[in-house]
Amino acid sequence: MSPQPSSVGAGVGTDIAAGASQAPAARRVPLAKPDWSTIAAGGTVVAWLSLIVLVPIAAVVAKALGGGLDAFWSSVTNAQAIAALKLTVSVSAVVAIIDAVMGTLIAWVLVRDEFRGKKIVNALIDLPFALPTIVAGLTLLALYGPKGPVGINVAYTQAAIGLALLFVTMPFVVRAVQPVLMALDREVEEAAESLGASPLTTFRRVVLPTLRPAILAGVGLAFGRAVGEFGSIVLISGNLPYKTEVASVFVFGQIESGNVEGAAAVSVLLLVVSFVVLLAIAAFARTKGEA
Amino acid sequence: MTGRIAMRVVALGYLAALLAIPVGMVFYRAFEKGVGPAWDAVTTPPAQHAFWLTLTVVGIAVPLNAIFGVLTAWLMARRQFPGKRILDGLIDLPFAVSPVVVGLALILVWGQDGWFGGALTDAGIQVIFSTPGMVLATIFVSLPFVVREVLPVLREEGVDQELAAHTLGANGWQTFWRITLPTIRWGLAYGVILTTARALGEFGAISIVSGKIAGQTETLTLFVEERFQSFDLTGAYAAAVVLALIAIVVLVLMTRLQRDEETKR
Repeated sequence: MSPQPSSVGAGVGTDIAAGASQAPAARRVPLAKPDWSTIAAGGTVVAWLSLIVLVPIAAVVAKALGGGLDAFWSSVTNAQAIAALKLTVSVSAVVAIIDAVMGTLIAWVLVRDEFRGKKIVNALIDLPFALPTIVAGLTLLALYGPKGPVGINVAYTQAAIGLALLFVTMPFVVRAVQPVLMALDREVEEAAESLGASPLTTFRRVVLPTLRPAILAGVGLAFGRAVGEFGSIVLISGNLPYKTEVASVFVFGQIESGNVEGAAAVSVLLLVVSFVVLLAIAAFARTKGEA
Repeated sequence: MTGRIAMRVVALGYLAALLAIPVGMVFYRAFEKGVGPAWDAVTTPPAQHAFWLTLTVVGIAVPLNAIFGVLTAWLMARRQFPGKRILDGLIDLPFAVSPVVVGLALILVWGQDGWFGGALTDAGIQVIFSTPGMVLATIFVSLPFVVREVLPVLREEGVDQELAAHTLGANGWQTFWRITLPTIRWGLAYGVILTTARALGEFGAISIVSGKIAGQTETLTLFVEERFQSFDLTGAYAAAVVLALIAIVVLVLMTRLQRDEETKR
C-alpha cells in the first residue's frame, strides 16, 4: 500500500517486505508500524529538514552564544538594538490589535453581507500573501510617500512601518475567522435576538466567544509575521537608527557592517519571540481541541 | 440595516485604502510616461537577467519543495513513528523565522568562514553570493506550504482506496501514481502555487545571501529595490508591475482551484 519514498532502495523484493509488514486493516485508520519505508522516508525528511532549516538555525544560536553569555548580553543590550527591538514589538502589537478588529469586521462583511463584486473582494484578501514584500513597500510609497497624490506623506516615520505591517498581515485574521463564521449556527443568534438582545449584545455575548479562538490564532500569526518583517519596511521606513529602524533592518545593517555576532544575538531574540508565538498558538489550539 | 451598510463601507474602504488603491497607483506610476518607457525598463539586459535568474531559482526550489512536501505529508499521514509531534512543529518553523535571520543563518553555514562553506570553497564550490545560496534561501522560506496543503487531504481521504489497490496486487509505486497522487492533486497544486508565489517574491533572505551583484545575482525583487535606490522610478515601478501581475495570476489560480474543489464536493 505504501508509495516508495523517493529513490531510496526501491527494489522489487522490498515491495513485498513493505506489504507484508502491514497489519490487517483495523477499524480505525490503520497506521503501519515502523518498517523500512518509514525509516527511509523519515530519514530523508529529517536529513533534508536538518540541512535546510535546523543546521542553519543552530549556526545562528552557536554564533550568538559562541563568545559567551556576556558577549551575547552586551550585544542585545546595545542601545540601538534595544531601540529597534522595542519599536518592533510595540508597532507589531498595535498592528496585531488593528488586525483583530478590522480582520473580524472584514470577515463578517464577506460572510454575512451580500453585494456586487464580493467574490473579487474575497480574492483580493490574499493579495498581500501573493505580492512580493518589496512590491508591497513600493506600492505604499507610491500612494502615501513624498510624491503621493493624496497629500499624505508617511515616508520615514513609524506610521509608515505600521502601514507596511498592516498591509502584509491583513489576511491572517480574515482567513482565520471566515471559516468559523461560515460554520456558525445562526439559530443561536436569532434566539438571542428574539429574547430581546440588541445586535451589539448578540455579537458580544454570542458570536464573539465562538470567534475568539480563531481571532487569537490569526492575531498570533500576524504578530509573528510582523516581528520578522523586512521587505515591505525597508523602502518606506527610512531605517533611521533609534527612530524608524526595526529589528530585522538592524540585523541586516549589522551583517552589512561585518558585526555578525551582534546580528546573530538579536536574531536569537527574534527567533525566541517567534517560537513563543508558535508554541502559544499550538498550546491554544490543543486546549481548544480538548474542550 | 444602516449598521450593515456602515460595516460594509468601513471594510471595503479599509481594503481600498490599504490594498487596491496603492496597487493601482503602482500600475499608474509605471505607465505614467507611456507603455514604451516601462517596456524598455523591463527589457534591459540586467532586467532580463534578473527575470531569468528568478525563474531558475524558482524552477529548482519549487520542485524540490513539492517532493519534500509530498514525502513529509505521506509520512505524517500514513506512518507512526516517535517524534511525530516534534516534526509537525518543526515543519512550520520557516514561517516563524524572519527572512533576514534566514539569510544570516545560511551565511554562517555556507559562507566562506561557515560550518560547511570553508570545505566547499576549497573544493571550488561557491554557495553564498551565488545561485546555490539563493536556491537554499528560497527553499527555506517556502518549505511548509506543500506539506500544509497535502497533509489534510491525505488525512481526510483515509487509506481505503490505497488498501484496495494493494489487495488487487498493485505495488507501492503503482498505488502512489494511480491512487495517492490523483487524490492529492488539488492540494498539491494549491501548495505548489503558494510555494511559487512565495519563492518569486522572496527578498530579505535573498538580499543577504546573493550579495546583490547587478547582472549576476540580482533577482527581480532585488532589481526593483536597486532601480528604486538608483532613482530610476519608472524601472522600479515597471518591474514591480511584472511581479504584481504574477501575483494577480496566482490569485486567479487560487480562486479557481478553491472553486473546483468546492464543486467537486
